[in-house]
Amino acid sequence: MMTGNTALQSETHRLTSWEDLHALQQQIIEAHDPNQSRIVVCHGTGCMANGSAKITRAFQEALEASNIEAKVMPGIKTTGCQGLCAHGPLVQINPQGLFYSRVKPSDVEEIIQKTIVEKKPIERLLYKDPDTGEAHHTEADIPFYKLQHRLILKNIGKIDPTDIHDKITAGGYQALAKALFTMTPEEVVAEIEKSGLRGRGGAGFPAGRKWRGALAAVKKKGGPVYVVVNGDEGDPGAFMDGSIMDGDPHAVLEGLIIGAYALGAEKGYLYVRAEYPLAIKHLDLAMQQAREYGLLGENILNTGFSFDAQINRGAGAFVCGESTALFTSIEGKPGNPRPKYVRSVEEGLWGKPTVLNNVETWANVPLIIEKGADWYSSIGVPHSTGTKVFCLVGKVKNVGLVEVPMGTSLSTIVEKIGGGVPSGKPFKAVQTGGPSGGCLPYESRDLPVDFDSLTKAGSMMGSGAMIVMDEHDCVVDVARYFLRFLEEESCGKCLPCRLGLTRMREILDNFSHGIGSEKDIEDLQSLSKAVQDGALCALGTSAPNPCLTTLKFFKDEYVAHVRDQKCPAGVCKDLITYYIDPDACTGCRTCAKQCPQECITGEKKKPHVIDADNCIRCGICMETCKFGAVLVQ
Amino acid sequence: MITFQINDTPVEAEPGWTVLETARHYGIEIPTLCYHEAVSPSGACRLCMVELRDGDWSKLVASCIFPVAEGIRIYTETERIDNVRRWIFEMLLAEVPASPEIREMATQYGVESTRFSVKDPDEDCMVCGLCTRACEEIVGLSAISLMSRGVHKKVGAPFSRPTEVCVACGCCVTICPTGAMRRLIESVRETPEVTLTPLAV
Repeated sequence: MMTGNTALQSETHRLTSWEDLHALQQQIIEAHDPNQSRIVVCHGTGCMANGSAKITRAFQEALEASNIEAKVMPGIKTTGCQGLCAHGPLVQINPQGLFYSRVKPSDVEEIIQKTIVEKKPIERLLYKDPDTGEAHHTEADIPFYKLQHRLILKNIGKIDPTDIHDKITAGGYQALAKALFTMTPEEVVAEIEKSGLRGRGGAGFPAGRKWRGALAAVKKKGGPVYVVVNGDEGDPGAFMDGSIMDGDPHAVLEGLIIGAYALGAEKGYLYVRAEYPLAIKHLDLAMQQAREYGLLGENILNTGFSFDAQINRGAGAFVCGESTALFTSIEGKPGNPRPKYVRSVEEGLWGKPTVLNNVETWANVPLIIEKGADWYSSIGVPHSTGTKVFCLVGKVKNVGLVEVPMGTSLSTIVEKIGGGVPSGKPFKAVQTGGPSGGCLPYESRDLPVDFDSLTKAGSMMGSGAMIVMDEHDCVVDVARYFLRFLEEESCGKCLPCRLGLTRMREILDNFSHGIGSEKDIEDLQSLSKAVQDGALCALGTSAPNPCLTTLKFFKDEYVAHVRDQKCPAGVCKDLITYYIDPDACTGCRTCAKQCPQECITGEKKKPHVIDADNCIRCGICMETCKFGAVLVQ
Repeated sequence: MITFQINDTPVEAEPGWTVLETARHYGIEIPTLCYHEAVSPSGACRLCMVELRDGDWSKLVASCIFPVAEGIRIYTETERIDNVRRWIFEMLLAEVPASPEIREMATQYGVESTRFSVKDPDEDCMVCGLCTRACEEIVGLSAISLMSRGVHKKVGAPFSRPTEVCVACGCCVTICPTGAMRRLIESVRETPEVTLTPLAV
């Protein structure tokens, strides 16, 4: 990474006081010319998948080959997810803050020439409002960002996650220093309690109460106490925690160190799923850098407080995101949950008091310590304070990473920030909370998105994935999809989960083939309740949620499958028929040429017909028809 | 002593007892499959679920592992419990059709047939894990363990290959509630030098 900080890197020395930290921050800021151009390339997962690494390389090569004067020479910075994944790869040019979307390597020369040298924006690359066509110059102008309240994501997409100097410039580790030098551990716990922070992993258990519980357990049974980061985010459609870990790893680390100080822990673990190699790399680097500066390890900031942490990689099991399974996994045993009648703050990792919090929860801790519990609890709603990061995915225009205050309405998130469904029609449903969450219909669009409101509506906050569906998504198919996922991911320990999820999925398979009766729908509901009541861990007890909520809000669609043998959304292949509207068909023969069954016939320039008996309902004809003449019923 | 209620009747338990231990002490029937006094409880079969009530609030807990506490109210026969048990039995009938023990138990709870498809008509192991706990906790060998995950979970020796670690003590066979271990132990022993016979009762 070319960060311009290389000169300072060699002067690395342990920081031994708060003044040291301030001095280093000042030194880094002063070493930079604020007018120097910076090319900031998004290296979040979405942009990387769209080739942003190639763009960075193209910039580096072009700059090396160019004859730009040294004083105009821009720096290049790569960052974590900048948020608006749908329009990636994203490149921002500072100090102007120009926001370029869908950049290609072939645009690089032009950007250097026009924007860097001539200081002019390139209209073509500016983000344009999909509805009005209006071009926005900077991030702050774009409605997607304007409507958000970015606290956790504040630095993500701005700082280079591999460079601790960038983080320190942005105020990193100030909260840790404040806690160490001005607060007692008890005051830190009290501050977290007062802030109302609730666990961002799904259940929303108050973090302060958890910490207090661990302190009480240590008092009762003795230590040691462990602090653990749950970075095993595995929900389909969720990438919040991954983005935080690879975009701002120091935030998680700082939160963890503050937690360790408050609880008296000497050892911490970061359990990160193996499928997040970038997060692991960046966290590892962050820890190394923090150790070099005396912010982690022995005698942190010369205060006598010592704490170190290690990364444990998951091995691909979704269930290891469940607290007790996560502990057994760290202990080196198979990731099977145990009943939590004795809470993990009392008997967690190796049977010792343990505080396990989600990545986003830990990342909230430095904010609370730095700005105070009163400031924090003024954001959001009374019983769900602060902000929440969501991943907007599915049938929504602005797919991406979003952060809003708790209690923001579903429609603000999906329709205003997300831009709504691409077709412009109202959304059909939103699945919140991943496979364990529930499906909320369009009628719930005014629902405030906070822990309690979502639970009351039959869904849950979960980790924060929001999958938007439109009229072409079949609820039976959606429930089946999530059940299949959980069936694969069940640990198999308890019978309701191991046997029940398979049998529920089989019933749904039958529905998608039109097999079943209204009695079967009732039975599915009863079996769902049995799994919900009977399963051992949260994976099992929450697994029926997608099924139960779709049954609650879209029962008609289930009935249509079994009684009328119809799939209203046109998804379940056994229940649909493709046909050609003779009035709209121009006889162009495009569909006939593409049909793998060769079952579309007709004379050129005359309406064609699909032979329904031979049709395999692959839908290629519908996709290729430019005249909207292929219909499904 | 800890005093609490089971089915509205006051009961007393020693500290450290579970709800199941207390219920059995008082002769209150709660069905179990994966529970045995000789090994630690795992709470896997979920047949022993009981309802814990506090005012309007209630939840089902596994009695084999739920520690007793002063003043709690436990119910052993409710609609919710019945719903869980009946579905488990109906699914077990399809899962382990070769086990007469399971069939008999299911009949006792009113489940005599299953709507679900049978994968293997000869299957009699429902992976309750009593055998592996016995091997680990009583024998101290862990020659067998639970392998794989979810629907693929099964009992066996490491890498599904015969192992010399097994001493053919027969503990697993004795503790197995369906007799499946009589068949499975063949694949665990390196060379079956001893012929296992069912213990005379």
